[in-house]
Amino acid sequence: MTWLRRNLFGSWPSALATLALLWLAWTLVPPFVEWAFLKAVWTAPDPRSCRAEGAGACWALIAEKHRFILFGTYPYEQHWRPGACILILLALYVLSALRRFWRPALALAWLAGLALIGVLMWGGVAGLPYVENERWGGLTLTLLLATFGIAFAFPLSILLALGRRSRLPAVRVLSVAWIELVRGVPLISLLFMASVMLPLFLPEGVTIDKLLRALIAMIVFAAAYLAEVVRGGLQAIPHGQTEAADALGLGYWKKTLLVVLPQALRIAIPPLVNTFIGFFKDTSLVVIIGLFDLLTSIKVALGEPAWSGFGVEAYLFASLVYFVFCYAMSRYSQNLERELERSRSHVLKGN
Amino acid sequence: MAGKPMIEMRGVGKWFGAFQVLKDIDLGVAQGEKIVLCGPSGSGKSTLVRLVNGLEPYQAGKVVVDGIELGNDPKAIEAVRLEVGMVFQSFNLFPHLTALENLTLAPTWVRRMPKKEADAQALQLLERVRIAEQAHKYPSQLSGGQQQRVAIARALAMKPKIMLFDEPTSALDPEMIKEVLDVMVELAGEGMTMVVVTHEMGFARTVADRVCFMDRGEIVETAAPREFFEAPKTERARLFLSQILGH
Repeated sequence: MTWLRRNLFGSWPSALATLALLWLAWTLVPPFVEWAFLKAVWTAPDPRSCRAEGAGACWALIAEKHRFILFGTYPYEQHWRPGACILILLALYVLSALRRFWRPALALAWLAGLALIGVLMWGGVAGLPYVENERWGGLTLTLLLATFGIAFAFPLSILLALGRRSRLPAVRVLSVAWIELVRGVPLISLLFMASVMLPLFLPEGVTIDKLLRALIAMIVFAAAYLAEVVRGGLQAIPHGQTEAADALGLGYWKKTLLVVLPQALRIAIPPLVNTFIGFFKDTSLVVIIGLFDLLTSIKVALGEPAWSGFGVEAYLFASLVYFVFCYAMSRYSQNLERELERSRSHVLKGN
Repeated sequence: MAGKPMIEMRGVGKWFGAFQVLKDIDLGVAQGEKIVLCGPSGSGKSTLVRLVNGLEPYQAGKVVVDGIELGNDPKAIEAVRLEVGMVFQSFNLFPHLTALENLTLAPTWVRRMPKKEADAQALQLLERVRIAEQAHKYPSQLSGGQQQRVAIARALAMKPKIMLFDEPTSALDPEMIKEVLDVMVELAGEGMTMVVVTHEMGFARTVADRVCFMDRGEIVETAAPREFFEAPKTERARLFLSQILGH
């Protein structure tokens, strides 16, 4: 009771805010619960039962279309393959999130995992029928774009950030040009360029497939953004650290890899994860060059006349999927920060 | 002191833009010799000591360290840094590594020392600076005096022939100065060649072979400590001594 009075009704404005929130919750939550759970149609052999008088949310749509949402237009009888790929990716995420697996073998696990995913998705070997990547789609495609995108963009961004601070003018100019030019245009225009303009510049007969072009555009884009985040971390490292490394005779690369980057990346965790999360959601932009990611699959599923009109359910579901992944990233980064906190410096005094 | 020359400076000049920080410096340090550099702030003493291992470039004159001419050649600078250990005013320990890892980093990565050997050597050095029980703590968990002793041990782990100290006790609380100076006195007793920028005149008296007094980028006076403290030859040195000893 005292707690209530002190924290919720401590003053007039506070009391008003509490009442307003209570009213809002009262008017919004019960109808939503009724719609989303109590009166919802969970399974239905045909969409008509969803249209019945008084029916709530039509989750049957998700139940009916889940395979399409997960796997896009991948051949139906081969769905276990992208399914296995999603599981492999999730396993790799979890493995990487646990600090006790942070050892060189983890990099090998990633290489093996990604190679296995390539084999599974394309097929054409070991009796697996070949599936062209035009038909990859759904959540599988979203995860693949995000994972491969970050896996390549992140190391690249570190090189760009180091290049921008390099003493070699050519390296510096190149890095600055990349970062500034790419940051100056929207991702959409980069994707268009990759899909429409790039083929024009390639010699006759040489083609790079659409998925790879999109991936390259996204890597180029994400690397430019991440580079500035990494540079922020690099700038936070006191000059004394590099001097101490110099004085011990560590050369540029050893100094950078052993002294500077471990500290800089630690400082940059929150903005890095912020950018990763943004990048994960930006993968949905590949729709404009005709790739079938999670969000597009949902849109296509809704295009079927029988299921049209259930957009709210479909997009809520898509939001939930995106949210689960982004929230996991966010929680992971918070845990990581807390774990690394104990060795945090106060040696920042410097002279 | 007539040992083999370890540091030779001839007519060294250095400018920050138009401002000349070091003017025509001549200084020779023989093997096993201990030099204390002192002088008012801005006199160029830190710059001079940092120049010896290539942390500062110079524009005129010649610097030879253990037979290697520094110049601005990165290869020569790298070679010199292997011979020269440096201790900073602000410790500059690596905060993401434990005390032990701070000591083993350079030996394993630069000298390619096997990990076991590097660990053993590091523990021995930490023992020597009387801090072995803190080996697995991070710098942020150590006091300033402890951090500076780890920093000295870190420099020693590379088995340098020369040790440079840039105001090693200036950032310390008074009660921690002694523990650091004790380690330095011991090191001097073992015959290490040392160049120390410090205002600790007690240390200079007991350890230094020569005191170099610097002012406005010049070495104004060089003398044995007793001579320097009891009968400074120049007015500037007298003024400086009266300021630091006057209270």
